[in-house]
Amino acid sequence: MTEPTIFELSSAGRQGVRFPASDVPEVELPAAFRRKELPLPELAEIDTVRHFTRISQKNYAIDLGFYPLGSCTMKYNPKINEVTSRLPGFALTHPLQPEDTVQGNLYLMYTLQEWLKEIVGFAGVSLQPAAGAHGELTGALIIQKYHADRGDSQRTRILIPDSAHGTNPATSAMSGFEVVNLPSDARGNVDLEALKGLCDERLAGLMLTNPNTLGLFDENVTEVIEMVHAAGGLVYGDGANLNALLGIVRPGDLGFDIMHLNLHKTFSTPHGGGGPGSGPVAVCQRLVEYLPDPVVAIVEPGSEELPPLYGYAHPAKSIGRVKSFNGHFGMLVRAYTYIAMHGGNGLRNIAEKSVLNANYLLAKVKDAYHLAYDRRCMHEFVVEGHWADAPGIRAIDIAKRLIDYNFHPPTNYFPLIVHEALMIEPTETESLETLDAFADAMLKIAAEARENPELLHEAPHNSPVGRCDEVRAAKQLILRAPKV
Amino acid sequence: MFTPHTQKDVEVMLKTIGIGKVEDLFNEIPEKFRFPELKLPASLTEMEAADELEGIADANGSTKTFLNFIGAGAYDHYVPAAVDMLLRRGEFYTAYTPYQPEISQGTLQAIFEYQSLICELTGMDVANASHYDGATAAAEAVILAYHHFKGKRTKFLISRAVNPQYREVVRTYMRGSQEISIQGDDPETGIDASMEKLISRIDPNTALVMVQYPDFFGRVIDYKPLIAAAHSAGALVAVAVNPTALGVLTPPGEIGADIVFGEGQPLGIPLSYGGPYLGIFAVTNDLLRKISGRLVGETVDSAGRLAYVLTLTAREQHIRREKASSNICTNQGLMALASTIYLSLLGKQGFEAVSNLCFQKAHYAAKQISSIQGYTQEFSSQPFFHEFVIRSPQPVKHLLEDLRAYDILGGYDLGSDYPELEGCLLIAVTEKIGKEDIDLLHDALIEVTHD
Amino acid sequence: MNFPQELKYAQTDEWVKLENGIATVGISDYAQDALGDIVYFEFSVEVGDHVQAGGQLGQVDSAKASSEVMLPVSGVVTEINEAILDEVEILNDDPYGKGWLLRIKVDDPAELEKLLSAEAYRAYRVG
Repeated sequence: MTEPTIFELSSAGRQGVRFPASDVPEVELPAAFRRKELPLPELAEIDTVRHFTRISQKNYAIDLGFYPLGSCTMKYNPKINEVTSRLPGFALTHPLQPEDTVQGNLYLMYTLQEWLKEIVGFAGVSLQPAAGAHGELTGALIIQKYHADRGDSQRTRILIPDSAHGTNPATSAMSGFEVVNLPSDARGNVDLEALKGLCDERLAGLMLTNPNTLGLFDENVTEVIEMVHAAGGLVYGDGANLNALLGIVRPGDLGFDIMHLNLHKTFSTPHGGGGPGSGPVAVCQRLVEYLPDPVVAIVEPGSEELPPLYGYAHPAKSIGRVKSFNGHFGMLVRAYTYIAMHGGNGLRNIAEKSVLNANYLLAKVKDAYHLAYDRRCMHEFVVEGHWADAPGIRAIDIAKRLIDYNFHPPTNYFPLIVHEALMIEPTETESLETLDAFADAMLKIAAEARENPELLHEAPHNSPVGRCDEVRAAKQLILRAPKV
Repeated sequence: MFTPHTQKDVEVMLKTIGIGKVEDLFNEIPEKFRFPELKLPASLTEMEAADELEGIADANGSTKTFLNFIGAGAYDHYVPAAVDMLLRRGEFYTAYTPYQPEISQGTLQAIFEYQSLICELTGMDVANASHYDGATAAAEAVILAYHHFKGKRTKFLISRAVNPQYREVVRTYMRGSQEISIQGDDPETGIDASMEKLISRIDPNTALVMVQYPDFFGRVIDYKPLIAAAHSAGALVAVAVNPTALGVLTPPGEIGADIVFGEGQPLGIPLSYGGPYLGIFAVTNDLLRKISGRLVGETVDSAGRLAYVLTLTAREQHIRREKASSNICTNQGLMALASTIYLSLLGKQGFEAVSNLCFQKAHYAAKQISSIQGYTQEFSSQPFFHEFVIRSPQPVKHLLEDLRAYDILGGYDLGSDYPELEGCLLIAVTEKIGKEDIDLLHDALIEVTHD
Repeated sequence: MNFPQELKYAQTDEWVKLENGIATVGISDYAQDALGDIVYFEFSVEVGDHVQAGGQLGQVDSAKASSEVMLPVSGVVTEINEAILDEVEILNDDPYGKGWLLRIKVDDPAELEKLLSAEAYRAYRVG
């Protein structure tokens, strides 16, 4: 059933939420500025609530089922996070309140900074970036300023593996760098020979996702990092896949200079249908002064009677502010709650179970699907969604058919280096029963692909809408409801 | 904590994988770095965590415990109960980005409606699914203008009356580009409402002129001459807006703005100490192909039913990679949804009512305060919306401290950002403030000034 | 895949036909097939521009991809096929005929010797 738009449900004169009459003497707004028409919809509250409730029911969500989206880490979103972030003491604080009135917020941010430093093994953290890509931009700008300050302006190149997420090259280009593609070898590691050839005086840095988007831990990671450092470059870690490493290894210990974290992946803050995320950036000692301005710090040490006074510090060589106010504070409260509940042992358990789940699922499907790289995977793995004896069947068909089995499809067509890629990340919050049901569906679909391919081509059959005409959407652009 | 595995489950899995113990999964990790002990506090149950977080929250004062007159980019508005109730639906907030439209029509339709509402509010043709906040939206406007002229125009004029944080973020974003120049917000060009000095700096090398409406000081300025001058020189104009103001003010789309952007937090999003907020971004049809961020469009499915999908995705980073004009990946999905629900719940009459209440109450407050001996309203000849500037007879820092004794947060000290406005206070008044609250501020000011 | 014999091809998937010193340029059958349904085209050059081989001719978008179209020869742009802007499907349906993109008065016809013949291009792209 197509749900009309909020405009189509509108009826002139209907009132929704009302407000009191003005209690002050009336002043006229100058006619030159007065708006003539306000074309907003008019609905009674009940109709608005029903409208949004009904459309919500057309969504798939983690709260409904399994979401094996590689590199997205669709783990359970704890409800306690929704309670703590809404506590009035947090939710009703204005970002420009005097610091002495928000010591709770500042304590939380400071402590979270310290916890994240400890978890990933770095010397400094900024909580300002709003999302992973935003964290990447912050990192790229730090790399750029670091080299510029040292007079190394000839360092113009960032190396990016061919398996990288699109934000990596986009970010680098946006920051004024030349993007150089770094191939992977047959085992899915960074090709060391290719890297050696690119380690020269033009090298600004390397952006590395580890484990990478194939779910593989780079077997030569310390050598890769040493090579880049020896050539004077910095190594940036894309932390999208941190879920596999919590309590297992710290990227800082491996030699990474900067990384961003995705609180909405690893640290359970909800995806919200596309955002908001949160992308804190962690840096090694020599880059601490470059962090975005401001960071949270202890401005007066505590004593036996008094707790420390928290406030803001301004890193001496900061790249500047990357966002208004303090970053996504509401998501920071959720991440704090999550880490507080887990502790060190709990975090390690997350990594262990996420990698266990992924390897279990891999073992169950690898006979039916070609595994791109025959290696132990970490928290995710990539299979190819096509078979020689099932002509015309592609990854997208498998993905759409999974919807009929009540699963969200895995990530499709990424990474680009695998043909018809299906990237599968179960996460640690899924039970054995769920994994078995998913593996079962994957095997059934593999059989259907040979016996009854139309089922896949026409899938999904059971969803609120079928396959959508994306070509038409791009050619006949309708990006808004008709003007009121 | 949230892992369901029983001992038996683990055994079954290890057997299927063909390894003896869980640790064997990590043999590729360099041994000397493997299994570090993380120095974190011991784990807590939910009950204990709730208690801890409540304790931390209790250490804060908030708009519940203070009478708040601080605005300066974030505003305390009433959020109707239904907004949060709907936002808490798991189908909305635990859903992913709608890359699989067949099972994401809820998210997609909501974004389509959001885009539509923003267009109606701003008078523009196309709106995207949002940027992170007003400040990063400002940076995206500059990036759009840069690419629009293919890098041939290198001058970007930004009014000094644009939010200081927006200008800082724009400069941070553009530090990677050596050849471009962000200018116009120096004390010499100034903040005069006539905009004459800024206009005089427009030339054929100008890619973009950026102003704010109402501006950072709450002033409502007629930008038609500025827009005409910019367009004459072939430059684009970007206007930063406060969406609440658009309930009663002529939208910039009607006076020729090419880009309208701003902070959407006032639309049903709690203050939450600064985030997550909402970056509104809208353009004219001419700039449609240049817009970054997600776009939802209408189409049909295989059965001919109306459906919504992400569209023009070829612009985005996951396809264009290093050729993408922006790296943006997420939008503020849930916050865009909040604003859509808020605008729908208030509707035409409710939104106009809120906007008007802000306007009326701010004018009453300005009148009351400037009637106190020693206090004057700056820019008093200029129309304003819900923020205004008061020049105080005593240092603002002391004034604000004194007002704390009355549990009043008096406003924002402008001297830190604007040396020329040393001694001035920016006061915001929203629909939540009653006449008696304003009278309280008035009386408190009289009392603290009598020294 | 169709690669007309009389044309020359660039590794970046454009075709060139030289007649009386004027080169007509378009995208190959391989390119249109790889892109899928084309939804948008934008020219990066104008009539009168003096262009260099290797520079950007335009940008072509499909529902799932975005690609630069490159200039295979140097010279002065004499004509641009604006008709395709409103009917981009022509690039899929008739890439060698109605889907021509622009014409260039070449600086040096010898430049075409660097391009591939139909066989060489087929070997390169299709194998």
